[in-house]
Amino acid sequence: MGYVNSRIRKKDAMGLVTGKPVYTSDLISKNALVVKLLRSPHAHALVERIDTKAALLIPGVVAVYTWEDVPRSRFTTAGQTYPEPSPYDRLILDRRLRCAGDPVAIVAAESQEAALKALRLIKVDYQVLEPLLDFTQALDNPILVHPEEDFRPLCPVGADNRRNLCSASSFETGDVEEVFAKCDLVLERTYRTKANNQAMMETFRTYSYLDEYGRLTVVSSTQVPFHVRRILSNALEIPKAQIRVIKPRIGGGFGAKQSVVSEQFSAFVTLKTGRPACIIYTREESMTNGSPRHQMELRARIGADREGLIRAIDLYALSNAGAYGDHGPTTIGLAGHKSLSLYGGLEAARFTCDVVYTNTMGAGAYRGYGATQGIFAVESAVNEVAAALNLDPCTIREKNMVAQGQTMPTYYNEPCNSCALDRCMARAKELMDWERKYPARKLDNGHIRAVGVAMSMQGSGISGVDIASVEIRLGDGGFYTLLVGCTDMGTGCDTILAQMAADCLDCSIDQIAVRGVDTDQSPYDTGSYASSTTYVTGMAVVKTCQELREKILAAGARLLGVSPERAEFDGGRVFLPADGREVSLTAIGEAGVMGDSRALSATQAHSSPISPPPFMVGMAEIDLDPDTGEVDVVDYVAVVDCGTVVNPNLATVQTEGGIAQGIGMALYEDIQYSPQGQPRNNSFLQYKIPTRLDLGKIRVAFESSYEPTGPFGAKSIGELVINTPAPAIANAVANATGLFFRELPIKAEDIALGLARRDGG
Amino acid sequence: MNITVTINGTRHTGEVLPDLPLLDFLRGQGCLSVKRGCETSNCGLCTVWLDGAPVLSCGVLAVQADGRAITTLEGLQEEAAQFGAFLADEGGEQCGFCAPGLIMTVLAMARELDDPGEDEIRAYLAGNLCRCSGYQSQLRAIQKYLAWRKEER
Repeated sequence: MGYVNSRIRKKDAMGLVTGKPVYTSDLISKNALVVKLLRSPHAHALVERIDTKAALLIPGVVAVYTWEDVPRSRFTTAGQTYPEPSPYDRLILDRRLRCAGDPVAIVAAESQEAALKALRLIKVDYQVLEPLLDFTQALDNPILVHPEEDFRPLCPVGADNRRNLCSASSFETGDVEEVFAKCDLVLERTYRTKANNQAMMETFRTYSYLDEYGRLTVVSSTQVPFHVRRILSNALEIPKAQIRVIKPRIGGGFGAKQSVVSEQFSAFVTLKTGRPACIIYTREESMTNGSPRHQMELRARIGADREGLIRAIDLYALSNAGAYGDHGPTTIGLAGHKSLSLYGGLEAARFTCDVVYTNTMGAGAYRGYGATQGIFAVESAVNEVAAALNLDPCTIREKNMVAQGQTMPTYYNEPCNSCALDRCMARAKELMDWERKYPARKLDNGHIRAVGVAMSMQGSGISGVDIASVEIRLGDGGFYTLLVGCTDMGTGCDTILAQMAADCLDCSIDQIAVRGVDTDQSPYDTGSYASSTTYVTGMAVVKTCQELREKILAAGARLLGVSPERAEFDGGRVFLPADGREVSLTAIGEAGVMGDSRALSATQAHSSPISPPPFMVGMAEIDLDPDTGEVDVVDYVAVVDCGTVVNPNLATVQTEGGIAQGIGMALYEDIQYSPQGQPRNNSFLQYKIPTRLDLGKIRVAFESSYEPTGPFGAKSIGELVINTPAPAIANAVANATGLFFRELPIKAEDIALGLARRDGG
Repeated sequence: MNITVTINGTRHTGEVLPDLPLLDFLRGQGCLSVKRGCETSNCGLCTVWLDGAPVLSCGVLAVQADGRAITTLEGLQEEAAQFGAFLADEGGEQCGFCAPGLIMTVLAMARELDDPGEDEIRAYLAGNLCRCSGYQSQLRAIQKYLAWRKEER
């Protein structure tokens, strides 16, 4: 049929564009309690005393809960497969407050007005402690963020709460120092990236109630319904069997919703009161107590010979977990694995890292998940080596990039089965007209036009960990129901999985109804994160369809009174090539619901021992005003190898959106704190994301390899595409000014001041 | 306070608190297409029409709408589907959470501006944030919709 690799409209598109009430907050019943949190004004404090009496007198206030009312088992809110690498370092409410905005009390009321009034009337005595805000000073600092005795890492990630250490690790292939000693050039540079907010349009929100069986039902805007079930079981100290999680449509996630952020509060209120309850985070709460990108400081040492052959890279990364360790030990790993592995000819490589606790907002998962930070450092360092050797930054990459057929020692020794990075580079140069535009030219108005380049890779799921299961049923109308546990958060995975199923079953995509996710009804899936859905869940769809085809063939053959070997299934009918007799799919479906004890349903699970990287080349063309330092990205070329492109429309929009987020990260997005640790960016007024006026052209092209272990040859795309803007724009700024900016965001004032200094001003 | 408003052609009379934002009033009346994305009138998600002109319903009080006509996406289903089809064909709706506000603004622009160029479109829609799409697919959809609309007339 050929649905794969065609521009299919998303199955839910028309529902979304006509404004149908399909999101969590549209589904809340009128009698639900409104849940609000009293948040700490201090970055580090102990609750001495809480007086809730006055708050409870407000008409409509049903309950006020404090740290004394919640279960005492520590848990992590990171949505990861058990045993989670993130330490168990949280309570629903804790006496110790570890960042500004940490929850102090939970209010449940009949109305928002009553809840807000109650928040103002809760009296708290705080013992204010000195906060630890500078993550470069956190290790072995006398101020401890997690001094508690019951701090508990489940995995050996190198955590030590007595040292403010969330995790520490290292790996080395070859002998880095030995190779450096033989290099013509060894360059050492330090790069800094900031915490960024995902800023998805729908803030964190949850609605919970007890269903007709008395079980806790949680409707939530989440990327990880099955992990939410386990985390709530841990947090509330109730069995998983008592919990059902439903994911309706989600208004964006980008990793933010790979953590439990709002679920525990609403669920706790429902359990305590027996009433439906809901919590909707304000934008301010989402900005200041969400789950942002980890801030990092990365020191890269890179050794090369005179001709530009890169021989060894040594990378040290320090990551700021903030107040809690969600995703701390795992994001940092990607900073090494997914940056060093871009270079296939390394004789040696080393990666060392520490993840530390501070009294800033606890970080989490954000698209790119550490790879973004690592790639900024390594790609920037490679650009500096190219400049030092007077080489075109594309040329140095062409000499060193990883190639199909290699084994990747810094990438878990996985094979590079599919890689079109060379073709991506050639195409990007052609689209950008690189040879003519590199490095820069001056315009008549005094502005400088310059180009810059970077490469990127990511994974496709977590090797040997992520699991996707899928069920497909044949219904009595001859249509299929595709049940998935992965979470479409706007990306369109419900649609691309249906495209694959339609091709596997030789039917129209309209014959496939997709349903996700309800943990009581959907087959298990780890969820949509780690760029896993197309690759891992897609393969589960392919396997499930194969099994179902055999069952349909057998059922049809039975109806025709022959053995299955003599029959064939063409998607519409089972027929006998020998004599032309046939039975339609509709008739097979109908026979399946009358007097037949063999279910026409198939289910398969899939997990992959490898995580094939997608690759890309990104090129930025900037317009730089030397008087103000202002940078406009006037053109961005992205050439992507995500294997087979399942839906060119959706893959293009993923790329354009990722590039836009990356441009925001490169030029202005930065979570900042006051000297006392209060967050400074609590709205879109202070935390600026790109608007339509901030972006120039973004041009996307695909150069596909074929991944033999992926469904239809596909790899992932979702995260890959955020990684190139920061290093490519930094490279363009360097090509325009001769100045290397090693700290994000690269602000106009820094460029203007840098130029003034360069020119002796 | 007692107000009387017309929502999508139907008259409603009711008691509202004087500080109730129009956004919350409309959602209370079942207009669930109207979304809240911020508290600072920065995101454009809650855009509705007040007497035919686009406004941010988070920045207007319900009492200010007294005696006036409000239009939400619920009242523009046919046009929403017409433009929405172009958006869907580009994959530009993505998570869809910003779509109602965006579409209210696009439909207002289509009435107000004659044959807007790319820069005019970007400027008119500058207040409608989207974090998924990078805006390119939306621009393609808008240009195709405007061309189709011109041909239809």
